[in-house]
Amino acid sequence: MRKEKVDVLVIGGGAAGLAAAIESANHGVKTILLERERKTGGVLNQCIHNGFGLHVFKQELTGPEFMELLWEELSKTSAIVKSDSTVLKIAPESKEVTVLSREGVVIYQVKSLIVSTGARERSLNNLGIPGARVAGVFTAGVVQKMVNIYNRLPGHNVLIVGSGDIGLIMARRLKIEGMNVVGVVEIMPEPGGLIRNVVQCLEDFDIPLWLSHTVTEIHGTGRLEGVTVAKVDGELKPILGTEKFLKVDTLVTSVGLIPQNGLIENFVEMDPINRGPVIDDLMRTSVEWIFAAGNNVAVHDLVDFVYEEGKIAGKYAALYALGEKLPGVKYNFKRGNNVGVMLPHRVTGEIPFKMYIRSKKILKSCEVKFNGKRFRIFNWKIRPSEMLDLHLNKFDAFSETTNVEVNELE
Amino acid sequence: MSKKKMICIMCPIGCELTVSKQGEKITVEGNRCLRGREYGINEMVNPRRVLTMSVKVENGEMDLVSVRTDAPIPKKLIYDIIEYIKKLKVKAPVKRGEIIVKNIFNTGVNLIATRTVEKTKMGGEDEIRTCTGSGNDKLSGNCV
Repeated sequence: MRKEKVDVLVIGGGAAGLAAAIESANHGVKTILLERERKTGGVLNQCIHNGFGLHVFKQELTGPEFMELLWEELSKTSAIVKSDSTVLKIAPESKEVTVLSREGVVIYQVKSLIVSTGARERSLNNLGIPGARVAGVFTAGVVQKMVNIYNRLPGHNVLIVGSGDIGLIMARRLKIEGMNVVGVVEIMPEPGGLIRNVVQCLEDFDIPLWLSHTVTEIHGTGRLEGVTVAKVDGELKPILGTEKFLKVDTLVTSVGLIPQNGLIENFVEMDPINRGPVIDDLMRTSVEWIFAAGNNVAVHDLVDFVYEEGKIAGKYAALYALGEKLPGVKYNFKRGNNVGVMLPHRVTGEIPFKMYIRSKKILKSCEVKFNGKRFRIFNWKIRPSEMLDLHLNKFDAFSETTNVEVNELE
Repeated sequence: MSKKKMICIMCPIGCELTVSKQGEKITVEGNRCLRGREYGINEMVNPRRVLTMSVKVENGEMDLVSVRTDAPIPKKLIYDIIEYIKKLKVKAPVKRGEIIVKNIFNTGVNLIATRTVEKTKMGGEDEIRTCTGSGNDKLSGNCV
């Protein structure tokens, strides 16, 4: 077993990991980026639709373009990319990371670590729909990879379950490629994805969206032959008598993402609502040499935000590796009224930072308050599917425990 | 006067616009930026969309190269252009930004590649495995 010393080790080469590796290497420390797959880029590889990069590159790019721009930045640095490499274990006491790659098992002795392992899709099994486990049922991301990377269509007639962004984008994508897209069913009364995607993916392509509907049964032996769809009531229970049989051979699920934290969740303080590590404005976890960035911290709306987090994590992980004393946490945030996903959880008060909040409910307009003091008004409709991002550079409203609330404005 | 309600798709906020047309004059309400105003006016006069798809590649390390129009194209042409793009085939290598179709359907808009697809190396996929990294040849020295 080979052992190797490294200043900053980055786990996961998606947008966050690439940004982190670039920033870390630019601080002059030995940086290694580990990627499980053959190529870095993560989900950007298969997200061939546009809408990426408005914040970071000031232009509207597709996923592969965003990814290649990061590759170009990375290639100008001394960062080393190790692909086909899977992390088996992180030892929190010895700061050793065990990695399985084509050179065998390697143990990296790190000064600091950045975890940017992203998120996985929830699958149909997470939903518990009765019926056989037939062929023809896919998650949206898997279908996206089949269609956009491997040039394969999953079937002929498809129903999409869940109106998350990938589901909406795949509804359009499959229609463009010639599949009969029967529709999108969403159990909630509001679409799960961004409203712009409802417009440009469904309305533009005449794909029906059934809100307050769900799949109640899966039919078929061997291959999917159809599904039963029913309307749901206010408690999300199917309403008897509203069942409808839809003849489809393909079911695509887009029912949310789960941050992947299997490597650290046993020894890093976790936030059950974000489903990611508790984090500060330096993207530092509760373990001072472990940093995290991207969708494993919380599921984000925009790759641009993930990239920005990667940069922050890369900077402070590098400074930590250089032996610099990083500032301690001064202010903590507590979820108050109507605050769902929220990050960071605490800040040093030394640097301006961005805070992301998801409202739990749809609000016509709202105010964000810190310790009862209004910080900002959002004068438009707020949805849980759209993160509020706040730029903070003054800390006078904060205290050791700062209450954060999102209140509806009358 | 004609009035139309729509949702702006220029960014994730999704402003609810009200676009009114009186003669030649079009006014947009509900937008929070200039891009929204432009979107509202275009939706009234000539709705346009950026189209993203993929094109088959011969002799490439990948079977497909992703493509997009380098500006929005008229919505009414979208299905014709889709069918046209489906029939296209290009030879590797393809570089990101390379024009695949110039002035597609006389729209003044080009279809461009959105990723780089190198030529396949002898032996196919397994050979490619020997250099991975970021897919950038300059990085190959860094690969395992």
